[in-house]
Amino acid sequence: MTFFYHFGKYLLMLKGLVKRPEKYSIYWREIMVQMVSIGIGSVAIVAIVSIFLGAVTTVQTAYQFTSPLLSKSIIGTIITNSTILELAPTVTCLILAGKIGSNIASELGTMRISEQVDALEIMGVNSSAYLILPKIIACTVIIPLLIFISGFLCIYSGLLVGELTGVVSKQDFMNGSIEFFIPFTVFFAFVKTVTFGFIISSVSSYYGYYTEGGALEVGKSSTKAVVVCSVAILFADYVLALIML
Amino acid sequence: MIRIEHISKSFNGRSIIKDISATFETGKTSLIIGTSGSGKTVTLKTIVGLIQADGGNIFYDDINFTQLDIHGRKAIRQQIGMLFQGSALFDSMTVEENVIFPLNMFTNMTMKEKLNRVNFCLERVNLPNSNKLLPNELSGGMKKRVGIARAIVMNPKYLFCDEPNSGLDPKTSLVIDKLISDITKEYNITTVVNTHDMNSVMEIGNYILFLFNGEKRWEGTNKEILDSTDVELDNFIFASEFMKEMKAISHMEKKS
Repeated sequence: MTFFYHFGKYLLMLKGLVKRPEKYSIYWREIMVQMVSIGIGSVAIVAIVSIFLGAVTTVQTAYQFTSPLLSKSIIGTIITNSTILELAPTVTCLILAGKIGSNIASELGTMRISEQVDALEIMGVNSSAYLILPKIIACTVIIPLLIFISGFLCIYSGLLVGELTGVVSKQDFMNGSIEFFIPFTVFFAFVKTVTFGFIISSVSSYYGYYTEGGALEVGKSSTKAVVVCSVAILFADYVLALIML
Repeated sequence: MIRIEHISKSFNGRSIIKDISATFETGKTSLIIGTSGSGKTVTLKTIVGLIQADGGNIFYDDINFTQLDIHGRKAIRQQIGMLFQGSALFDSMTVEENVIFPLNMFTNMTMKEKLNRVNFCLERVNLPNSNKLLPNELSGGMKKRVGIARAIVMNPKYLFCDEPNSGLDPKTSLVIDKLISDITKEYNITTVVNTHDMNSVMEIGNYILFLFNGEKRWEGTNKEILDSTDVELDNFIFASEFMKEMKAISHMEKKS
């Protein structure tokens, strides 16, 4: 029952966002602010995670391919495809759910308990649309870009580590990557990242916006937002894979 | 003028305010007083529509606010200024950005006109040259004054203040009280203040509504309140033994 209560309330919150903004220019500026905040603020963590993901996956894949009958180029194929299909979109988005999700939930939760949301309502501003819509738009635009960076760094670090450690040469890695590359996987990854961006921003906004109580509840909302976002991302990942692949 | 008629509100079956009626007149500072938990904040938030009343009517100059749709309510709210208990300034914005926010959102004024208006409001609350400060760089009293500047920047017809003196020293409280009272007279607005500060009551209370356990217990002016015979009001005003003794002495002096 609790699930249906929250899901219904979440849908009503989304419905409330689709209203004519009080002033387009203010919303546009807010979207830009959010894009910079979410995008620039997440580049470092995305880069670090992606570089290590690519490096570790290359070493571990090479470790499993001990047979001399197998071409080394298959390592490049595996790294490229697993990065595009899963590592960059899903794993990075799970990391981003922790960073961006908790940030959004705690920001909105603090605004709620310190009556800043009420102040907006009193002014006649649609507080949910003003606070949440720019975050959703910013996330659905910026997260795919972050994932593009993530994918590039992941594959490139795999290639570099393969070369440096001698497990696979640069040429073999590139051959494997190109030979079995399926362009549709890029489109699939794009759909996934847009969906995950929407989930991260909307779910964490829901938990933050409807925070009740004090500082303790802000922390709880933040934790709930991260947990629910992570589960929702994994569920959406499975559903999208079933539908699109 | 704001008129409330028989408003009531319950949360989870627990009645918080019961059948409250009152009239808050234009150009006067009306106070809602009562002990903590008496329903003051719920009453104020119900009047401004942040909490939906279970029953009763709220009139803003003969417009029934309770029967308005969301657009009608928005139109009324744009004529409302509100000072919150914790000031509710937007943390990420400077003083200037906080005060200019409603102008950006709802007017087509040029930037120069908006800045002039902001500076005028900040000077009115005695905070000139504080435009670029952030809320975390302000004292409690300064935050309240920025809150008042933001509340009056749109020239509101109605001003609501929720515990404007909470957390302030008596001297700063008097400054805030005087500011609210002066603004009310100057712009001829309807002001409703929630407070349990007796200094405010005596200083600015043109009309006082005393709530006790969510019910209207007494109403009158600051001149009448000391002569009230209501036991609960008496206990509220003369809460300490010292004040009770002072009242007894005052009565004895009057008799002799």
